[in-house]
Amino acid sequence: MHDAQTDAGASPRSEPIRVLIAKPGLDGHDRGAKVLARGLRDEGFEVIYTGLRQTPEMIADAAEQEDVDVVGLSILSGAHMTLLPRIVELVRERGMDDVLVAAGGIIPDADAGPLREAGIAAIFGPGTSIGEIARYFREHARRRV
Amino acid sequence: MADATALLRSAVAGDRRGLARLLTAIESRDPALRPILPAVFAAARGAHLVGITGPRGAGKSTLVSAMTGEYRRRGRRVGIVAVDPSSPYTGGAIMGDRIRMMEHAADRDVFMRSMASRGELGGLAGTTWLAAAALDAAGYDPVLVETVGAGQSEIEIARLAETTVVVEVPEMGDEVQAIKAGLLEVADVIAVNKGDRPGADHAARQLRAMLAGAGGRFRAPPPILVTTAVSGDGVPALIDAVEGHREVATSPEQALARARNQVLRALAEQAADRAAADPRWEETVRAVAARQLDPITAAERLLEPG
Repeated sequence: MHDAQTDAGASPRSEPIRVLIAKPGLDGHDRGAKVLARGLRDEGFEVIYTGLRQTPEMIADAAEQEDVDVVGLSILSGAHMTLLPRIVELVRERGMDDVLVAAGGIIPDADAGPLREAGIAAIFGPGTSIGEIARYFREHARRRV
Repeated sequence: MADATALLRSAVAGDRRGLARLLTAIESRDPALRPILPAVFAAARGAHLVGITGPRGAGKSTLVSAMTGEYRRRGRRVGIVAVDPSSPYTGGAIMGDRIRMMEHAADRDVFMRSMASRGELGGLAGTTWLAAAALDAAGYDPVLVETVGAGQSEIEIARLAETTVVVEVPEMGDEVQAIKAGLLEVADVIAVNKGDRPGADHAARQLRAMLAGAGGRFRAPPPILVTTAVSGDGVPALIDAVEGHREVATSPEQALARARNQVLRALAEQAADRAAADPRWEETVRAVAARQLDPITAAERLLEPG
């Protein structure tokens, strides 16, 4: 019901895409996650940032309550092979079948295949531009309306 | 969107995903929701609607978290709507209120929703309180609505609450600053937060002295409490004060005042929606821009049947 004026400059769909940015696990470095959060805001996304040291349950609960279109996970600790598939599982368990789950951070190429199989839709390594991530989310996030 | 009636039914039955999707429909002002709006209000169980507002950096989110902890100790299920501004340029927003709510993240009896303001054209206040009604219908009581007390729309939101808590900090400036701020006038309870900082008690005393002599809304000055949200000091007393206000808030006189605000608000929103959808809208606005028509007459014409 928003008119064209309010959405000027935002994505072509009528509602902003909602993205949860979360940091699972124990690494205490969230500069990258914050830069991404701000970059996505500037790209017209509604970004919910949950902060550091989230358990998979906390992330899935937040995604559920916030009814997001995308869950973006930033992970640098090396625990991605255990944490990321668990998060996908919990998100799907809560009935969010069409929510896009993507990851970024330090993830070796060798792990990318198994993670994709586990339901991580995309993996963005260091050096990926925010524009690239925004474009991917716009193209692949579920259509709400 | 799924069938609106089914969404409401599942939310009322305690399904969190259903509630979340209902909130999305409310937030996006989905027209499919219109037929069930009466049912949303009818399903509301009379939760205590508490607005929490104050300047940026006053510790509102941390205080909301501490208040949630105290309500939980009292056996209450807590619903929270945290409103953050959208960028007027990109429409984007960053909502970070969950960072302060981590200790409740795994608590199934706390439901928190972050909402971006999405431009005030959309009727933020109406949307926010409809979201609060949905949380109420889902069995959360109280429902806390947190906004930055920076603009008129935030103050409007606060006015729709049954009980409005205004959060201040010791460094709020001298008394004149406090008188200037229209924000204090909407307060039913005032929390001077960051009470571990020097000057907190002094600030509370100053406010008390000032409001004691004030007229207008302050025939009975609101309770002023010193809180330290990070440690939880003063929070039980704050909740007592908020609970204490409830009786006042539900008095026939107050209920009438709130109803008046609600209807006026809905009236303004409907009039604006209708006018914006009117085929004459574009030419009327252009005429105003070209100074061929004044905005008052323009509005008057748009209100006339076309």
